[in-house]
Amino acid sequence: MGDILALVEHRRGEIRDATFEVMTCGRKLADQTGSRLTAVLLGSDTDAMVTSLKRHAHRILVVDDPAFKDFNNEFYRAALADIVAREQPLMTLVGHTAYGIEVASALGAELDVPFTTDCISVEMADDRPVAVRQVYDGKLNERVSFREAPSYLVSLRAGATAAEEGDADGEVVALETPPLPDPAHLKFLDYIEAVTGDVDITKADIVVSVGRGIKEEKNIPLVEEFAGAIGGVLACSRPVADAEWLPKDRLVGSSGKTIKPKLYIAIGISGSFQHLTGMKNSDTIIAINKDPEAPIFNEADYGIVDDLFKVLPALKNSIAEMKQ
Amino acid sequence: MNIIVLMKRVPQTAEAEVRVDSSGKRIDREHLTFDTNEFDTYALEEAVLLKEKHGGTITAFSVGPPDSQDTLRVALAKGADEAVRIKAEDFGDLDGYKTAQLLHAAVKDIPYDIIFAGTMASDDSYYQVGVVLARLLGIPHATLVSRIEADGDKADLFKEVEGGLQEHIQITLPALIAVQTGINVPRYASLIAIRKAAKKEIRTLGREEISPEGLRANTQVEELFIPPVTKRAEILEGDVEEVSAKMAAILKEKGLL
Repeated sequence: MGDILALVEHRRGEIRDATFEVMTCGRKLADQTGSRLTAVLLGSDTDAMVTSLKRHAHRILVVDDPAFKDFNNEFYRAALADIVAREQPLMTLVGHTAYGIEVASALGAELDVPFTTDCISVEMADDRPVAVRQVYDGKLNERVSFREAPSYLVSLRAGATAAEEGDADGEVVALETPPLPDPAHLKFLDYIEAVTGDVDITKADIVVSVGRGIKEEKNIPLVEEFAGAIGGVLACSRPVADAEWLPKDRLVGSSGKTIKPKLYIAIGISGSFQHLTGMKNSDTIIAINKDPEAPIFNEADYGIVDDLFKVLPALKNSIAEMKQ
Repeated sequence: MNIIVLMKRVPQTAEAEVRVDSSGKRIDREHLTFDTNEFDTYALEEAVLLKEKHGGTITAFSVGPPDSQDTLRVALAKGADEAVRIKAEDFGDLDGYKTAQLLHAAVKDIPYDIIFAGTMASDDSYYQVGVVLARLLGIPHATLVSRIEADGDKADLFKEVEGGLQEHIQITLPALIAVQTGINVPRYASLIAIRKAAKKEIRTLGREEISPEGLRANTQVEELFIPPVTKRAEILEGDVEEVSAKMAAILKEKGLL
């Protein structure tokens, strides 16, 4: 039976957290199937990264080439396709991240192996994988089977698996750079840093966050006043930042800031996985939403299921009274 | 510039109760409203903005059941010149890969400079269709794109990666660009445009017109179920005044006021 392969993601010389989650899942699958976990690292100046991988994988395949310093989906896909085709793994795993979104499906299509993406778990049952995915805005999960094949590929949602320490001592195997496509197709140029504004929401003790439920830009002052009354700063979820009702540096979630305030109040936020990633470690979480099935209530400590336009003025009054 | 836009009509589930039907594998569509996948409205707007700047034509494609034509009509009203529906009902259960195979069969012989797609769809959450289509066509791609500067046969793209960081890349056209939400502010269609669009023809492609070789899904949904709940908020009961008083008392007790 083939190995379990974990594709290593890195940025600016650091291995990304999602890779350690993927390797944790990969070691379990390797144990279950009596095979090895092999990590595949494409990078440049890889020594430090190789060292940090050793405990986590039984074998580490390394291609050290300046072409792989930064992520380039054309180079990565071509090189990984070459390596995976030669390795004939039972299963290839990659994190479902900005990197994995481009790598997993492209590799699956190129190699014509059955694959699926953004899974919250994957297990082997009778030699075939069974994956669980979250669908319909997180309201439902689905269990999916794969068409029968010698090799499979799955991307795992970042943050869905808790990374565990490994006790392996991976054997390091250096590989030659496989043939790469025309570099004119796609060029990595540079990074643009995240925008910073006048308020740093990562430093606030109380964060009042507003989402799609606020409906219109003209309603934003209502939440702003509430935040002021409770001594908090104003933040938001994706739809509010997309509509430019609040600046991008106020965005909480995987594509914005990750925060851990003492108190997080989510107002009109349904709680996409991307949003929850950014705030679930807050000390106390309060959610106000009219949809009792909103996923935010599965992360919050306290919930109010009602119309936010009625709750906010009343809660502001109650807080003012309590403060006296 | 010839532009293709991929669009999908999806159930609006973010604020709705979503039930599984008697098959245990599909949702009960009865009580849900449907609209264009949010990411795709941004993809279409980006196409219209490019057309306004550089000229050219836009063709919108949707793989879906007959009511997908509602999404295509809105696309026509907002600036698409042609619309094509691939008849999902002709091809059995679809996953992201099979959907991309159908799109590949439909677009491979027509000229295009850019194919726009949304990075994902909110119903099946695959993030696959655009990337697979690009591979099947053998053209470069990028996802999570939040800014585009197209010039000649090159485009500078700004991709949103984790934590607000952006990757700035350059891609050679033709290419597939899958956009992130917020890349623009999608326009509304005017009433006149909607009326005009209602008269336009929407072409359909079914089993008679396209028959991709090796058409097959990678995966099959075996079961749809409500996610197990590991934690649940204490929901405060009472009218608005009562819950507000209770909440304020909790905050005070925790020393948060």
